[in-house]
Amino acid sequence: MAPHAPAAIGVARALDQVMRADRGRIAAALAGRLRDLTLAEEALQEALLSAVEHWGRSGVPDRPQAWLYRVALRKAIDALRRSQRAHAHATGWAVLAEDEASAPDPQSIPDQRLALIFACCHPALEGKTRVALTLRSVCGLTTAEVARVFLDAEPTMGQRLSRARAKIAGAGIPFAVPGAEDWRERLDSVLTVVYLVFTAGYTAGAGPGHELRGEALFLARLIDSLTPGDPEVEGCLALLLLTEGRAKARIGADGASVPPGEQDRAMWDHAILDEGRALVLRALSRGVVGPFQIKAAIAACHAQTPPDWPQVEALYRTLLRFEDTPVVRLNHAVALGEVQGASAALVVLATLGQQLCGFQPYYAAMAAFLARAGQGAAALAAFDRALDLTQDPADIGYLRARRAQVARGEG
Amino acid sequence: MKYLLTLYAEPGAEPSPGSDQFDVMMNEYFSLEERMKGIATFLAGEGLNGVETATTLRKRAGKVETTDGPFAETREHLGGFYLIDAADLDAALRFAAEIPAARYGSVEVRPVMAYD
Repeated sequence: MAPHAPAAIGVARALDQVMRADRGRIAAALAGRLRDLTLAEEALQEALLSAVEHWGRSGVPDRPQAWLYRVALRKAIDALRRSQRAHAHATGWAVLAEDEASAPDPQSIPDQRLALIFACCHPALEGKTRVALTLRSVCGLTTAEVARVFLDAEPTMGQRLSRARAKIAGAGIPFAVPGAEDWRERLDSVLTVVYLVFTAGYTAGAGPGHELRGEALFLARLIDSLTPGDPEVEGCLALLLLTEGRAKARIGADGASVPPGEQDRAMWDHAILDEGRALVLRALSRGVVGPFQIKAAIAACHAQTPPDWPQVEALYRTLLRFEDTPVVRLNHAVALGEVQGASAALVVLATLGQQLCGFQPYYAAMAAFLARAGQGAAALAAFDRALDLTQDPADIGYLRARRAQVARGEG
Repeated sequence: MKYLLTLYAEPGAEPSPGSDQFDVMMNEYFSLEERMKGIATFLAGEGLNGVETATTLRKRAGKVETTDGPFAETREHLGGFYLIDAADLDAALRFAAEIPAARYGSVEVRPVMAYD
């Protein structure tokens, strides 16, 4: 019997509300229970269809989340039983899951979200796959939405996600929060995924970019709430907040990017920046320094006018102890130039040319310090090289404007 | 779950017999099973003679063809294997990280197909 139209609307609304608030928690609990993301997602889909039918007939249950979880578990058990390949271990899971599905009204759904995040960000998966799978399975983006983030065709992204789910099940990637032995390395992999989602949001432009940055902040807040007091998690969230708080001021009215020191403070979101500052101080007070905390502290220095360059220089020197990469060396050279003058920066920059010869920010920094050192012709050549290496309109706008200043002798 | 760990290295990448590093390496191999107790169960493990001793066989249309040499001509050669039983991939990877070949070559970790 078809439910009456008003009842159907009520059911749709209730389902929508539950899925918005608790989809991640239900999906993670199913994945953790079934040890199989594909099965978990299919079972949840089936449970949603059942809900439309049953809730329309008998009303929305008291605890809709628990209802969906239990029904999805039963659907998964049926699927396992039907499966031709139902081997002993699958049947074993089915029995375990059945106990839970028939338990008289469990008080709460086990919170497996952190375990799911660690599985999706496992180092045994390729870097891009970790980001894509986290967006799909933890944040609940559709496959089409994830495909758009990477400018991939939807079927291509669908295949990538299927392969990843199959590897998790087939290779025995655990749905578990790692122990102390693997914690640092695995957490770093998780936080890197969160940061990559955020930076993807930074480059994706205003609309989709804002949503992606929102997903990254959601993930960072979720992980922070599930691992209270971890200074690197706090550092990562602080870094995101201190960057997000300045996002609107990053591009000027003319469409060119604006360096932190020249940004319009009125366009900063001071509430977000204050939250970030408080968080980075709390993280550092725990006395176990790490790269995300240092980067957050650097972002905090840039979130004041003028930026505290001596502090930034010292922080980059500390960061080099954790990440001695050419890009960190470049950033350190820039800070050094602000503190000790252009020639100090140029000495360091000269040592990085080989490694960063295809990196636009390297030539932009080179050009700026050459101009300050009075080497106008060399500066113009460096601006040209930087312009050759970027397609980004905001960067092009900034570089052209600076180049014109130097060409006019205003260096 | 059972995992097959295959060890690959370029010829000459490992310490040469007679050197101190060679003795250190061999001791690490000998003590691996003992050191990994509680992390993974050792089922089998062997080192292999060099690829110059390998013979590859194919049977096509009922006819056996043999060729002198390994299946694939690669820079890194298969040099040994372990078969272990581990709770999950993390435990298997922890075992793999303790194998000396991980330092001078590579260790491939493959889950064994379950038929039960």
